[in-house]
Amino acid sequence: MAISFNLNGSTVTVQAEPDTPLLWVIRDEVGLTGTKFGCGAALCGACTVHLNGSPIRSCQTPVSAVAGKKVATVESLSADNSHPLQKAWVKHQVPQCGYCQSGQLMSATALLAKNKNPSDSDIDAAMSGNLCRCGTYNRIRAAIKDAAAEMRKA
Amino acid sequence: MTTTRRDFLKTTAVASGVSVLGMYLPGLGGEEAHAAGSVHTPNAWVHIADDNTVTLISHMSEMGQGVHTSLPMLIAEELGVDITKVKVATAGANPAYVNGLLGAQITGGSTAIRDAWEKLRIGGAQVRTMLVQAAANKWGVDASTLTAENGVVSGGGKSATYGELAAAAASVPVPKDVKLKDPSQFKVVGKPLQRLDTPSKVNGTAQFGIDAKVPGMVYASIEQTPVIGGKPKSFDAAKAKAMPGVIDVVQIGDGVAVVADSYWHAFKARKTLKVEWDNGAGAGLSTAAMWAGIKDAEKTIKPIKIRPDVGNAQNAINGAAKVLKANYTTQLIAHQPLEPMNFIADVKGDRCELTGPTQFPQGAQGTAAAVLGIKPENVTVTTTFLGGGFGRRIELDFIAQAVQVSKAVGRPVKVLWTREDDMKHDFYRPQGLQRMEAGLDESGKPVGVKFQMTSQSITQRAFGLPKNTLDPFMVEAAVAPYDVANTSHDLIIHDAGLRVGYLRAVSHTMNCFANECFMDELANAAKQDPVEYRLSLLKDARYTNVLKLAAEKAGWGKKLPKGRALGVALMEGYGTYMAQVAEVSVTGGNVKVHKVTVACDPGRMVNPEIVRQQLESGIIYGLSGALYGEITLKDGQVQQNNFNDFRVIRQNESPVIDIVLVESNEKPGGVGEPSTSLIGAAVGNAIFTATGKRVRDFPLASHLKKA
Repeated sequence: MAISFNLNGSTVTVQAEPDTPLLWVIRDEVGLTGTKFGCGAALCGACTVHLNGSPIRSCQTPVSAVAGKKVATVESLSADNSHPLQKAWVKHQVPQCGYCQSGQLMSATALLAKNKNPSDSDIDAAMSGNLCRCGTYNRIRAAIKDAAAEMRKA
Repeated sequence: MTTTRRDFLKTTAVASGVSVLGMYLPGLGGEEAHAAGSVHTPNAWVHIADDNTVTLISHMSEMGQGVHTSLPMLIAEELGVDITKVKVATAGANPAYVNGLLGAQITGGSTAIRDAWEKLRIGGAQVRTMLVQAAANKWGVDASTLTAENGVVSGGGKSATYGELAAAAASVPVPKDVKLKDPSQFKVVGKPLQRLDTPSKVNGTAQFGIDAKVPGMVYASIEQTPVIGGKPKSFDAAKAKAMPGVIDVVQIGDGVAVVADSYWHAFKARKTLKVEWDNGAGAGLSTAAMWAGIKDAEKTIKPIKIRPDVGNAQNAINGAAKVLKANYTTQLIAHQPLEPMNFIADVKGDRCELTGPTQFPQGAQGTAAAVLGIKPENVTVTTTFLGGGFGRRIELDFIAQAVQVSKAVGRPVKVLWTREDDMKHDFYRPQGLQRMEAGLDESGKPVGVKFQMTSQSITQRAFGLPKNTLDPFMVEAAVAPYDVANTSHDLIIHDAGLRVGYLRAVSHTMNCFANECFMDELANAAKQDPVEYRLSLLKDARYTNVLKLAAEKAGWGKKLPKGRALGVALMEGYGTYMAQVAEVSVTGGNVKVHKVTVACDPGRMVNPEIVRQQLESGIIYGLSGALYGEITLKDGQVQQNNFNDFRVIRQNESPVIDIVLVESNEKPGGVGEPSTSLIGAAVGNAIFTATGKRVRDFPLASHLKKA
């Protein structure tokens, strides 16, 4: 069936069974591959996107649940890496293999949208659902604080 | 050691079907497709297009360890190009790119920089020399009057870009001898430059295997044998075949593959398959039976000497004032890189094109050739970024599956596993049991030490190492750095029945855990401080230096709140010397690692910032396996499923990591793995100091609760 939703600011209409996870619709139907498949069970956070501004696990969200709503993926941050979090990620040289980083960035973006000055425990609470097997956690923490400071100045 | 890694991998890689291949340079696809005009390939490492696009070839797969930056830095140093303006491509399968330390085209063993250190600088210098000669020929001047830097050859008032000279340079004979810069002249090597792959990894454009597409590609999800080594007996796919998007259902060696027009369609239909399995020889296997087999092997299998005995350890222990005995064990664990296993195969008659994430392109090529019965040179391999490797992607099982499915359906197929597939069909780090014994004299000094390890040989399975032969990947860090007059080091090789694989740092982790925790036991029995005790037994300055630096930086001896303590570990691995101090607290039986201080002397560094990244990464990876992760078997089946029951370190458990790097002119060591190995021992020692409980079994967190 045809389902329409707003993806990164534009309306998309996809042909998919209603139970198809949003993840696979974004990746295989729309062709935006920044959002990753990691566990298929909301345990790793690699598939994190925003639904009406809140972070969700797209592997556990049927596409029918996003009809008419706003979805944002890592590609919405910026193509030229000008978003404060992308800049901080580059400055702190966060990614190694990079596979989890789209999900990390989307969880971090959602955190900073609500909390302009997150403490360590705020970061723990917002980011512990996002696994990184390369162990980039400390750099993620530093980059979030840096980006938050930058965004407070703006 | 009697057999070097290089020697036996060289012979066995050929024996296992990975033979010498026809020469062709990496496919001019990917980044190079964007270059305008012809692309010229003066040698295997440098491609220059007419429009001055310079592409440097990484013969190692980028799996997070930074080789797409560090290897180009080595080439660029001598080539004379701006590293921020080059493109980087991964080499295809080709003998030109064989890893000299492993004898096969493998990314692993923390070998990238050690292999590349001279080879890539020579590669860059050759091409610079050829460009200069091409300009000299064109302008009718002597090459010695010209200089080359920043992609331009100039002299005598004339100048030309590398792009303008590339066509002519490609036909200049490759110089045999080139003079390399003295390290004091380095402009690129040794600088903490930003990684070249970072920009694509923060905006979703980096292409991993899971993201790759080829025209006409379809998707496969495979119901795999629940017992590793089993095979399908029969299956009923009636329901699956009627589901949306399903193209075909085919049986392959180790499973039944549903092929569909999308991954989700393939996966959903797979869930409806009814398969009867022949579980094979592994059906009765359990973790307890495997441990029992290991203990039995200690009695029935003749040990191999890891190195010739020094003095007579048994006599020395017999005559000692105090004797200590302890057994250490390490558990089965899975690699679990975050990108699930996947690969694309496109079989067309007697040719095959492979695309995906692999640490072993030459093995991928050999595997496809063997499966299809075609010549290896008819198989091309395009390596994407790897969403983690850790040794899992040295294996070729998922590539063989993709080839079989593509052949069966006559289309390009992407095979993609689930997390559960990966958890239950890994090549696991083997179990290990170390029996340690030592005798101390009246002063507490060790006069005799015995080390005996029983574990499984990965190299027997992976590369056909003959039985009863020392497997060097089992005895890494088995010989501790301490000066003891009488020692014996023995190895018992026993196949416990489950397939095993090389996992980041391999046996270093197992042996360092036993050696370094036992060293603390000796210090404790001698009533001496663990750092002072180690220092009194060390001769090599590189060890003492890192140990002192780490202890000082960590505030060794400082007063800590009750329940909190420091623990130390020391090791050399991959030519890198390292000490770690872990600051740990235990409350209500729960372990929390607050901080890890690292002093590391890796010899000369190509990019110190990437070295730091790797040390941090290794600690977090090693901590997951030391504290939490465990694979168990029942009725031959792996009981763990996903990250809910195979626990790994998360953001809220990540310790602060404080690193001191030693500036050194020693030859470069590997940095991808060593830090993984020390953390378990350092944490184990801290747990003892904090609680008085000596935990000798990984994973530490669950065994502490039982202690």
